[in-house]
Amino acid sequence: MLELVDLTHRYGTYHAIDRINLTVKQGEVVCVVGPSGCGKSTLLRSIAGLIKPTGGAVLLDGRPVESTPDNLAVVFQDYSRSLYPWLSALANVGLPLRRRGMSRKARDEAAMAALTEVGLGAAAGKFPWEMSGGMQQRVSIARALAYRPSLLLMDEPFGSVDAQTREELEDLVLRVCAHHGMTILLITHDVDESVYVGDRVVVLSKAPGHVVGDLTVDLPGPRDQIRTRELDAFVKLRADVGRMVRGMSARRFDNGMTHEVETR
Amino acid sequence: MGATGLLVILEVAGRTGVIDTGFLPLVSTVLARAAELAVDGEFLTHGLASMEAWFWALVVTIAVAVPAGLLLGVVRPVESATRPLIEFLRPIPSVALIPLAILLFQNPMHMRMSVAVYAATWPVLINTIYGVRDVDPLAKETLRSFGFGPGTVVMRVVLPSAAPFIATGVRLAASVAIILVVTAEVVAGGISGVGVFINTAGSGNRVDLMIAATAWVGLFGIAVNALLVAAEKRVFRWHHNRLAGVS
Ligand SMILES: Nc1ncnc2c1ncn2[C@@H]1O[C@H](COP(=O)(O)OP(=O)(O)OP(=O)(O)O)[C@@H](O)[C@H]1O
Ligand SMILES: [Mg+2]
Repeated sequence: MLELVDLTHRYGTYHAIDRINLTVKQGEVVCVVGPSGCGKSTLLRSIAGLIKPTGGAVLLDGRPVESTPDNLAVVFQDYSRSLYPWLSALANVGLPLRRRGMSRKARDEAAMAALTEVGLGAAAGKFPWEMSGGMQQRVSIARALAYRPSLLLMDEPFGSVDAQTREELEDLVLRVCAHHGMTILLITHDVDESVYVGDRVVVLSKAPGHVVGDLTVDLPGPRDQIRTRELDAFVKLRADVGRMVRGMSARRFDNGMTHEVETR
Repeated sequence: MGATGLLVILEVAGRTGVIDTGFLPLVSTVLARAAELAVDGEFLTHGLASMEAWFWALVVTIAVAVPAGLLLGVVRPVESATRPLIEFLRPIPSVALIPLAILLFQNPMHMRMSVAVYAATWPVLINTIYGVRDVDPLAKETLRSFGFGPGTVVMRVVLPSAAPFIATGVRLAASVAIILVVTAEVVAGGISGVGVFINTAGSGNRVDLMIAATAWVGLFGIAVNALLVAAEKRVFRWHHNRLAGVS
């Protein structure tokens, strides 16, 4: 279980996130949406132990996160910078598996399987700089999935791929995570995606980001790209989240309305 | 082209008597001597001795300067603590250290190596420090986020990332080491070494042999440089392609 208690971070004097409270249960998929610059990446980096928040705490299974938690994988927003240009796609995906004490052969096999799942089986020998942005993004997703973390943090992981691939990747992530009981925190700016992928959607205000809405997505699983999206409940939820996100940018949103949404 | 033209002019000047060939031998004479030296067993022995000193000096330099550069680049406090020492040592001309090296090392081979190592260390050390500083923080964070410790981050991200810069430093060091080995040989003398050969030729008033031997040193330097450039292009294809904007 992941708990954020009054999580606050300032970069110098700049207030990035403000008293974020959030509890994510084991195996839950939580999507975070919010306007650009509201501190979503800051939130993710705090959870990953990459920055030390200036206030509040991150608790994992009740214990405060001091450094990087074990069994964590991150898909960074800046995926291309997080791939190693001197390693092939296969070696990039296989590198974290060294921590799993796997043999070279086992690592290569697991990496190959993950790359195949994201549709890059044929490109396993390519280097990141020989790949398009969308391909690089899929390599970094494959790397995170192959690691089989118990907590998976994804920062706008499907931003550079086409709509069709995006749907396939959404389903892949959901499938792999359900199968391995992973907990996911996924940051996105796509309202539609947040409702489709999430068990819950958390809406952040603009900077300094704080939680203005927390909706439970009560849709039947497993999700299906066509059928789920045509459900009345889906359409309604999407409208709710959309209104909250838009309300934020139009500054029409206030705490009173947040409560109204939270109690539904 | 320019070099060839200059050689032709020198040759003509020598033949027409504009330049006294007793003072500066004909280009063709020097070329003939150089060709002879290439198959001259005695000269080759001298050459091998120099190359041996040069090679081991470079090996020692890499073994010392790369780990030191990593340490200084990664651990900031060490860098700031040692900066005054480095700024004091770096401007000392290595040639000025030759007399000291003669006193410290009985073995002429070690003496030459020590001077060469001193001079060659700086480009490798400085390039390693800057290469290490230049590593993308996100590349390091990625590995950290997967739970790897600082040792692994250094070996698997910092070192490979900095490797192209280190290689450039090594290439510069290779040239510097050639210069210093030959200089030490010329200054301190000894039994073998190209510098010793040049000295002997000089005292025998064989300017043609002196220049021919010197030309071989220069050619060796050019060859080493070209070889290392080619190796860098090959090994660090990822670096050059990325810089070229291929993606
Ligand atoms: N290292 C840093 N130093 C100073 N300010 C920073 C730093 N990182 C982020 N910020 C600032 O903090 C704010 C929040 O940044 P963050 O990257 O968390 O936003 P975000 O919600 O992820 O934005 P986006 O949707 O555009 O990715 C921004 O205004 C940004 O300029
Ligand atoms: Mg961001």
